[in-house]
Amino acid sequence: MLDILGRVFGRDDAPSKEIAKERLRLVLVHDRATVSPQFLELIKEEVIGVITGYMDIDEDGVEVSIHSMDKSVALVANIPIRRMKRAVKAV
Amino acid sequence: MGEVIVVTSGKGGVGKTTTAANIGTALALMERRVVLLDADIGLRNLDVVMGLENRIVYDLVDVVTGVCRVKQAMIKDKRFNESLFLLPAAQTKDKTAVTPEQMKKLTTELKEEYDYVIVDCPAGIEQGFKNAIAGADRAVVVTTPEVSAVRDADRIIGLLEASEMPEVQLMINRIRPKMVKRGDMMDIDDIIDILAVDLIGVVPEDDKIVVSTNRGEPTVLDANSKAGQAYRNIARRITGEQVPLMPLEEEVGFMGRVKQLFGFGR
Repeated sequence: MLDILGRVFGRDDAPSKEIAKERLRLVLVHDRATVSPQFLELIKEEVIGVITGYMDIDEDGVEVSIHSMDKSVALVANIPIRRMKRAVKAV
Repeated sequence: MGEVIVVTSGKGGVGKTTTAANIGTALALMERRVVLLDADIGLRNLDVVMGLENRIVYDLVDVVTGVCRVKQAMIKDKRFNESLFLLPAAQTKDKTAVTPEQMKKLTTELKEEYDYVIVDCPAGIEQGFKNAIAGADRAVVVTTPEVSAVRDADRIIGLLEASEMPEVQLMINRIRPKMVKRGDMMDIDDIIDILAVDLIGVVPEDDKIVVSTNRGEPTVLDANSKAGQAYRNIARRITGEQVPLMPLEEEVGFMGRVKQLFGFGR
């Protein structure tokens, strides 16, 4: 009965399983990204490949890492630019 | 040619040993010839869960080091007619007493003669885990509906995939239908969605597990136990039968019906 009253009065709005799922989602993003040391290296190589088509970058200075914040996890890439290529308009 | 199935989890205390004992016993009930192999060297417990702890003479380490023959170390479970055997772990050695190559050789030898070799894997991801999975054809990953257990299951699944385990399936243990219903426990779909893996079965929380462990009699021998029923279903699925998941909903009592009437129950 208390259960019903609780729901009627808007208590218990967020079932704890939603909290569990969200926490699990964030922790697994981090776990899966950091478990394999090659994982970030692979991303880094491919990102360099894509970017160099548009600009000259300092390839040795490229840093790719996973940052956990309060409610999110982000892939952060720091890519020092040496020189921009002249924009060639497609189409 | 039989099949080697490793029961693993990463996290300790989620019910690996109980699961190994019950799946093995259920398969023996189905008249398959089964060996239960305890790979948890130094912390053996499959013998106690099976109620066979007083009959140990030789152990796994004795077998792989050639102190005795396999047959001498295997304990026949007298409740079954020549169909269920336990190969106990050593208690006084550590995980490094056995190598993955030795385990692979042993399980390959065993599956020549038996239908199923069920390996109880230790917790963790170190040598004991590597030993336990070495000769396995299939892995059953046990988890419970908790953040910590699911997280560890994810890690284990990753390691099993990296080691090219042919088949990886998940077993969700200790589901509490009432808590799931009120949104205070992750349900089957939530966990499957997160781990992206096949499901072999779901075992509800059941007090009878404690009672049967106290007695050293696997729960599958109790016809009235819900967990026992769930384990029997898992064993049937292992043999290739299609068995639907059993409904976890408990009998809806009077208050439950009132709640449903007013739209509060899901």
